[in-house]
Amino acid sequence: MIVSFAINGENRSATVAGWESLLTVLRDDLGLAGSKNACEQGECGSCSVIIDGENVCSCLVMVGDLEGTSITTVEGVAVGDDLHPIQEAILEEGGVQCGFCTPGFVVSAAHLFENNPSPDEATIREAFSGNICRCTGYGALLRAFHKLSEDDS
Amino acid sequence: MTATTKERVVGGIGESTQRPDGVAKLTGNFAYGSDLWIDGMLWGATLRSPYAHAKLTKLDIAPAVTMSGVRVVLTQEDVPGRPGFGQVEQDQPVLCDGTARYWGEPVAIVAADDEETARAAVAAIVVEWEQLPAVTDADRARAAGENYRDMVIRRGDPDAAGTVVIEAEYETATQDQAPLGPEAGLAIPDGIGGLDLHVTSQWIHIDHIQIVACLGMEPDDVRCHPVGIGGAFGAREDISVHIHVAMLALRTGRPVRMVYDRTESFAGHVKRHAARMRYRHEADEDGRLVKVTVDLILDGGAYAHTSHAVLANAAFFTVGPYNCDNVVVDASVSRTNNPPAGAMRGFGAVQVCFAYESQMDRLAEALGLHPLEVRRRNALESGDPMATSGQIVEGSLPTSRVIDELETIPMPEEAIPDDPSLLPGGTGLTTPRSAVVRGVGYALGLKNLAFSEAFDDFSEVRLILTPVGLEIHTAAIEVGQGLVTICQQIARTVLDIEHIAWVGGDTSQIGSAGSTSASRQTQMTGGAVYEASVQLKARITERFGEGATLEEITADGPIEQWVRYRHPPTEEPDELGQGNPHAGFVVAAHRAVVDVDPELGLVRVVRVDTVQDVGKALNPQAIVGQLEGGIAQGVGFAIMEELILEEGVILNPTFTDYLIPTLLDTPDVQYRLIEEPAHWGPFGAKGIGESPTISSTPAVVAAIRAATGKPLTRVPVRPQDIVGV
Repeated sequence: MIVSFAINGENRSATVAGWESLLTVLRDDLGLAGSKNACEQGECGSCSVIIDGENVCSCLVMVGDLEGTSITTVEGVAVGDDLHPIQEAILEEGGVQCGFCTPGFVVSAAHLFENNPSPDEATIREAFSGNICRCTGYGALLRAFHKLSEDDS
Repeated sequence: MTATTKERVVGGIGESTQRPDGVAKLTGNFAYGSDLWIDGMLWGATLRSPYAHAKLTKLDIAPAVTMSGVRVVLTQEDVPGRPGFGQVEQDQPVLCDGTARYWGEPVAIVAADDEETARAAVAAIVVEWEQLPAVTDADRARAAGENYRDMVIRRGDPDAAGTVVIEAEYETATQDQAPLGPEAGLAIPDGIGGLDLHVTSQWIHIDHIQIVACLGMEPDDVRCHPVGIGGAFGAREDISVHIHVAMLALRTGRPVRMVYDRTESFAGHVKRHAARMRYRHEADEDGRLVKVTVDLILDGGAYAHTSHAVLANAAFFTVGPYNCDNVVVDASVSRTNNPPAGAMRGFGAVQVCFAYESQMDRLAEALGLHPLEVRRRNALESGDPMATSGQIVEGSLPTSRVIDELETIPMPEEAIPDDPSLLPGGTGLTTPRSAVVRGVGYALGLKNLAFSEAFDDFSEVRLILTPVGLEIHTAAIEVGQGLVTICQQIARTVLDIEHIAWVGGDTSQIGSAGSTSASRQTQMTGGAVYEASVQLKARITERFGEGATLEEITADGPIEQWVRYRHPPTEEPDELGQGNPHAGFVVAAHRAVVDVDPELGLVRVVRVDTVQDVGKALNPQAIVGQLEGGIAQGVGFAIMEELILEEGVILNPTFTDYLIPTLLDTPDVQYRLIEEPAHWGPFGAKGIGESPTISSTPAVVAAIRAATGKPLTRVPVRPQDIVGV
């Protein structure tokens, strides 16, 4: 089947099997490999994308259901050649190590701050409870999100 | 050079310079092993054993071979060269040799036009097994003499006796490195019989040796290339997809890609050794150790891998950072039908740290001393003999200072919180808040730096100075820890050049950098970059004097400087474990604060504070990343991370069932860094990749013990261990 949707503001179509996951189609068919495949069970958040305003694991979404939707992936968070303030903050605080979880954190952060520009600590921790990082221990990421929250409040 | 014409360049040592791959990783543009792609490639897949021990009675690949889109199906008969691989013993068959010895052992491999077809072909292979009794108890294997290595350490008087005796048995379960990036490789035939292999690895040169032997090829015919790594923690020190994907590419003449899914990843890499440790500490009335007697056994699993070296670490660090004149250690690592064990952050030092620190706490309790006081009275310092090997500790080892500094970190101001989301179990807590108990625990840890026991440990670097700047050519693998950044900072500081490019060489272009493990790359490859930079600078100064520009210096072409850097030599210990097996040591201290729900057995780790012996902080921000990340893994091992094995089968090989700390589980961390320069390595820096993990686990368990009074002799601590059902 052919599915058409907007990805990062651009209209795209893909010929897919309806049961394929969005993650597979993004990575294998649409050349958007920024979303990472680490568990395929919706546990680690490395494949997080925003679909019509909802933050979801793209490994759990059947692509056949996405006709006419608007999707933001990690590749669509930066503004042209400039990093998004979320990306700047993570970089400055040292929140990137191996980086495999990083796209998921960037997307989850974009979703959180879009809906709540100055979240408190409990809200931040809860918002990222579906994103696993194995390297950083989350400290630098937490500091980056606090900084963003304070900048906005 | 340029120093005389402008301000010193920024981004030198001591600064929290940002990592050069940060932007690519933040925008989704960084290529990991699992992102590799080339037009016309085939997809590989692996058939694995469903049993921990079984005889292969039928293997019929014909139904898979005849499927449309399947290009080749290979078994052990197709291995062109040496049948087995392994860093020390080559005892693991490339593919099942007729007997499967662990759950998930590779049996056959397939290359097909797409991923779905490859997996369908694996399912179509007809395979029948006759199950054999699985040896899953390391003690039984040891009794049967099935050991990869036995070690004996005898120091001092075996008949010495103390007035206070503390005796207990401890157990640590199997932990998985669980790096987020899966095992992945892309093999590309070069058209003239050779092969380029791009593969997730911590040490491409040790892979290369094993790969060419099993392929029966000349070393020059195979080139291993570094790729982007999504974490490692020891899981990538041994072979996974490497030989398989190469065999498929050679047989088909096509590029082949192979990427493990999560369950395959759990099956397809080595684990942290499970351990059983029987300890007897004898001390005098002041709490000074008189004798330590240890019997320990590690479960090495089905194949040897790095078990020999892991056992040595466990045995040499049985006493920890403490003085003791009389030591008796009997240690073995056994062959079982559990998943093969190997390297994981801390490498044998983690398991014994849990045991010896539990012992030190019990000793303190028996004598009515503060836990840190008993440690202070026994602190091993520079110039003291190691309790086990007798090796005199050379270079810095600020054990007393890490204890003293730990006490200066303020305790959490807040009492047990009222907010239910901050209590053990979160909002699901059913116990009244008044029943929640807080506990505080302490632990110290000791680790060796770099490789030991006379291993010829080196790292090669080639610097090339061009009109643009400096290139660092090396095979050292950046797994996320920040090695690239630090090497750039070192070269920048010595040479005062701003533009430093990292060129990851393949195995044909540059010699070995050794493994990204053993807390060694900052000192080893960092040391090589430092030495090469110093030599390059001396040559330039001699020829051009001070103040010449890059353009002037390179007017006749690029200038190269090659270095093979070694740390001070180590020795093979004698048959009683005596000698000088280690190149240096690092010590750390942790203090954990936990809130425990004693009715449900739930734990919230509130804080883990630490003091770390870093030698010299080359990049403070990168160090903090290691501290916090290492602590998260230590907390995970203390309270949640365990591969559950039943008859050798992993019951929880997914992220749904193997729990890793999330942001809701991870404590705040406060830290102090002690800068007493190491006796070798760049600017006195010490590797700190492992020490943050090692003593965080026993500190958390000590805190739970303090809160509950339970003995807790096993990690991870499970709810039932706290509740006592």
